[in-house]
Amino acid sequence: MISISELHASYEGAEIIHGISADFPEGKITVLMGPNGCGKSTTLRSLLRMVPETSGSMTLNGQELEALAPQALARRIAYLPQSRNVPDITVERLVIHGRFPYLSYPRRYRREDWEKVTQALEWVGLTELRKRKMENLSGGQRQKAYLAMALAQDTEVILMDEPTTFLDIRNQFEMLDRSRALADGGKTVVMILHDFEAILRYADHVILMKDGQILTAGSAEQVLRSEEVRQAFGVKPCFFESEDGLHCYVRPEQAP
Amino acid sequence: MRNSNSSCMKSKKGWILVCGAAFALAAAVLSVCLGAVSLTLAQLWKALISGPDNTAAARILWYARLPRTAASLLAGAGLAVSGTVLQKVLANNLASPGIIGVNAGAGLAVAACCAFGTYAAWAVAGAAFAGAMAAAFLVVIVARKSRASRTTVVLGGVAVTACLNAVTETIITIVPDAALANVDFRVGGFSAVNQTRLLPAAILILAGIAVACTLTNELDVLSLGDDTARSLGLRVSRMRNGMLTLAALLAGASVSFAGILGFVGLIVPHMARRIVGNDSGRLIPFCALLGAGFVTACDLASRLIFAPYELPTGILMSFLGGPFFIWLLLRRKDKQP
Repeated sequence: MISISELHASYEGAEIIHGISADFPEGKITVLMGPNGCGKSTTLRSLLRMVPETSGSMTLNGQELEALAPQALARRIAYLPQSRNVPDITVERLVIHGRFPYLSYPRRYRREDWEKVTQALEWVGLTELRKRKMENLSGGQRQKAYLAMALAQDTEVILMDEPTTFLDIRNQFEMLDRSRALADGGKTVVMILHDFEAILRYADHVILMKDGQILTAGSAEQVLRSEEVRQAFGVKPCFFESEDGLHCYVRPEQAP
Repeated sequence: MRNSNSSCMKSKKGWILVCGAAFALAAAVLSVCLGAVSLTLAQLWKALISGPDNTAAARILWYARLPRTAASLLAGAGLAVSGTVLQKVLANNLASPGIIGVNAGAGLAVAACCAFGTYAAWAVAGAAFAGAMAAAFLVVIVARKSRASRTTVVLGGVAVTACLNAVTETIITIVPDAALANVDFRVGGFSAVNQTRLLPAAILILAGIAVACTLTNELDVLSLGDDTARSLGLRVSRMRNGMLTLAALLAGASVSFAGILGFVGLIVPHMARRIVGNDSGRLIPFCALLGAGFVTACDLASRLIFAPYELPTGILMSFLGGPFFIWLLLRRKDKQP
């Protein structure tokens, strides 16, 4: 479990996160939601110590993240950033870099590392394409390759910054189903999502942010039904039941 | 299946490296044998085992051809690896050692050295190396201040180069003799190479290439983008600055004895990438071999085309490099309509 307490984070003197506290439990999908620029990505990046100016405490199973060297941190937390390069390398070369935090002298990947790559590729269903160049894959396949890299990293925690952006609807579901499977397997999954219906269907725990603060947190239904959602986005979520559970669609709030 | 895959990859890698080594070796042997006076393989062997004795063949071999061939091999390997490292680190296919100010810095230092009336080969070489490193250091400082962002490194390099070239031109305008004295240096070539100039640079280049070969995974992770690289535990800024310094050392050492050889650091990485792909584990060693062979072959051609006159290697290389660069630009345009 990751716990953050009184986290402040700034870029070049301008404070973006104003003292938030939250828990990201293991074996669950925690979703960070909120309007653009509210500090969701900065929160994830702070956990990875990519934001130079932070204060407050961040712990992983009781251990301060500050105390971990970059390589040790990379063995505990994997990250799928929002924007990713399309490197001019094959899928398996990309995935083997997930083993980079485990490299030691003589700086060559070992047999165990390649075994992890094979497992990760099988798990995401890209075994057939392992020799293909990344640039020759579709957006959905590239996303799976990056997910395989994060899996090869073999961490307790996976942070995903808008993992479904740019994916078609089928691939969005597939990405979220795989995240569900990872959480069910015991990993701590934290992701940023915007789609209310997806949040309702997949999130175990939702944290709603605005202007660098947490407005509310709880189960997906609690948060989405809360007054704070209307405050944060200026929209009106509408709910309806069908045979497979509760659904949500969103309407812009009408002027009074 | 995995084992057969990786062993197949390994054997392919080995095979390509053997081809590269064979190319460099063939260029080296031809470079040693051919020239104004040609040596047969039998003469070559005899001169090699007898050492630098009094026969004409032995003296040609030991005092002219061997240092010259070693110099072209080392300069080619050094500049090619430097160019590859820069292209990877800056994620810019048009990067080459010139872009971090190495050439401009060396050019300025050599012009200043000549303007003060110091023409000794060791002094010119030392000045070139110091100038190259100082200019690259300036660019790295700019990079550090901007948290080593790729674009700033390139723009900083352009700015530093422009300033330094302006100073060089000023010196040459005030002391015209300096221009005459350093013309060899500005064109680039190997006709004035000797062992004392070569040895310190050779050690630096070989050590630099060895370091580059051990950091190939770091280079590849760096080219995945800063966020992904950081999330994999790489200290991005530190590694990028280290790589820039390594590239500057390799290029500076090469420039110190070979002068400014345009385009090697640009052409060879592109040729190598087309042959072995973009995986640094293969690319860096192959690039070293290809660069060594390519520059040695160009140097040989520059000696033979107008024999007994000699064309400076740098000129021939720019003749080849210019059209290649244009082709590269056109090809990129095709790819991005």
